[in-house]
Amino acid sequence: MSPPEAAEIALLNVCKAFGRTKVIDDLSLSVANNELVVFLGPSGCGKTTLLRMIAGLETIDAGEIWIGGRRVDQLVPSARGVSMVFQDYALYPHMSVRENMSFGLRNFGVPRDQIALRVADAAKILEIESLLDRLPAQLSGGQRQRVAIGRAIVKQPNVFLFDEPLSSLDASLRVRTRIELIDLHRRLGAATVLVTHDQVEAMTLADRIVVMSQQRVEQIGSPMEIYGRPATPFVASFVGTSPMNFAPVGMAASAGEFATVSLAGGLAIQTAVRSSVLPQDTALSIALRAEALRISAPERGDARGTVHCVERLGDRTLIHVRLGEQLRLIASDSGNSPVAVGDTVGLTFDGSAAHLFDAQRGYHAERRGDGRSRY
Amino acid sequence: MQVQSRRSWSGALFVLPYLVVYVVFCIYPLVNAIAFSTYRADLFGGGEFIGLQNFVRLFQDPIFLRSLWNTIYFILLTVPPLVVIGLLLALVLQKPTRTSSILRAVFFSSSVLSVAIVALLWRVILMPDDGLVAKILGAFGHAPIAFVDRADLALPALAISTIWWCMGLPMMLFLAALKQVPREIYDAAALDGAGRLRTLWSITLPSIRRTFSVVVIIEVVMQFQMFGQAQLLTQGGPNNASKSLVLFIYDASFKGWDVGYATAASQVLFGLMLMITLGQYLLLNRRREKRP
Repeated sequence: MSPPEAAEIALLNVCKAFGRTKVIDDLSLSVANNELVVFLGPSGCGKTTLLRMIAGLETIDAGEIWIGGRRVDQLVPSARGVSMVFQDYALYPHMSVRENMSFGLRNFGVPRDQIALRVADAAKILEIESLLDRLPAQLSGGQRQRVAIGRAIVKQPNVFLFDEPLSSLDASLRVRTRIELIDLHRRLGAATVLVTHDQVEAMTLADRIVVMSQQRVEQIGSPMEIYGRPATPFVASFVGTSPMNFAPVGMAASAGEFATVSLAGGLAIQTAVRSSVLPQDTALSIALRAEALRISAPERGDARGTVHCVERLGDRTLIHVRLGEQLRLIASDSGNSPVAVGDTVGLTFDGSAAHLFDAQRGYHAERRGDGRSRY
Repeated sequence: MQVQSRRSWSGALFVLPYLVVYVVFCIYPLVNAIAFSTYRADLFGGGEFIGLQNFVRLFQDPIFLRSLWNTIYFILLTVPPLVVIGLLLALVLQKPTRTSSILRAVFFSSSVLSVAIVALLWRVILMPDDGLVAKILGAFGHAPIAFVDRADLALPALAISTIWWCMGLPMMLFLAALKQVPREIYDAAALDGAGRLRTLWSITLPSIRRTFSVVVIIEVVMQFQMFGQAQLLTQGGPNNASKSLVLFIYDASFKGWDVGYATAASQVLFGLMLMITLGQYLLLNRRREKRP
């Protein structure tokens, strides 16, 4: 078996277990040159292990790993042509920034003048020229991260691997660094794999996202595919800043072209999901983002409920509404929403933005006539 | 103001018990000993002030000079192997496997023995008639060697028994230090193409440099005070060939009853140890401070 031609990194049926615990189970994936792929998932889902397997820091139990048209899964890390930026940067504490960046090149036997040149170049790109003679302990978190990236760049690898590169930075620096990472990726044009548990980071950085959960790949797709057409309930709930409401539904008796479902209270919601794609005789859930639920006056909404929590986020307000005994939904309202805890409010459902899920997969709204999908 | 001064007094109260013990049993004897070293005195008290004559006498005493040299030679024989063996054992046994942990316990076990047992054990091993070494030599057709009775071999024999006895501590200290080195920098080094030796030299050793200097200083201080092995295995012989400084002090005070003289020798030992450890500390920690 050989990997797809255009792929810079190809994983074929990769498996990995620690003792009896399966960490990666039969995973196949390819990353093209120039592409930035993000592994997204909660902690412990196996994403870092996967990254370390590509780097060669972890062995694989079965399958193949190809990088740049070479099979590398039996090669030592340094022979794979990859650079990695570690979560806590892993700078050599006793070496100056310059030594940190040139250590690898010296080991690879790059001539001295070349090393100096490459270090100077990288330092210029990352604006750390004034720090070259400092020790890591004398740098701030952001500066250390730049050095870690610099150490990766100077090796001019085919593949960059980033392990949670932004997680140790404070919020404002994280946003800035995120943009710089995008810039850098565009500039270097190498295949890049980045691991994160932060879905905003994944959405903003990735060409493609690999959503992982419990050692499995849940979905692979572009950020908007992942956001708009989540393949599984997990993806739907994990991705997106606005919370996803799930509620069990039944199919309404009269099935038209598009499915109409009914909530436990009997409320019918007209969706834009084609009835013909839905499985028969399976329990379904509806999934609606908070934006698809609007607050209205009690008498005007599709349903009526009691507010039991108000989360003010500034630009908008998330209103937690209790609907009957069982159902709790989160609706989005304007930033200066007058709603208070204990109020009775009306809820309007935007059924055209609804997703339906059975236990395994999701069913999504059809694209509308104007060609734009209703995400 | 009131509150503050009361607080500082109550702090002093907590320190007081230790301070009393420290002054009575450490500072007072030290000062007393320094004073004592300027007296001609025996164990039964009294004596006369003679200034620095004890020290002058010391440096004209061939037996003192011999034991001074013996002690330095002994340190040269024991400390480098202790540090190197301790480090190698730690490097080999740092993996968290069952075998490693058993071996760690085995190599440390000698350290818990009392010097009397160690001396006895090595006496049996080194016995020219029927000792373990003699038997091994015999198997190769070599005549037995009387280690303990030969001037040139007595100190090396003591050194070997000491290395065997003491190597557990450096190993443990190095193991603890190695545990502190973050795994990630080894991963980074692997990606940076550093082989095993390069990793050891450029990553591991610099990372445990502080422990390294601590181990060297501890071992030098310990071996400076070597006494039990010499007293029990060789009695400082033959002909003072394995007499250590502490053994010299012991002999001078408890056999020669010349306590002033012995205290003077103690002062020399104290001064030497202070100088050497200070020098080592400065030398081994110099590089870090040189950086901006």
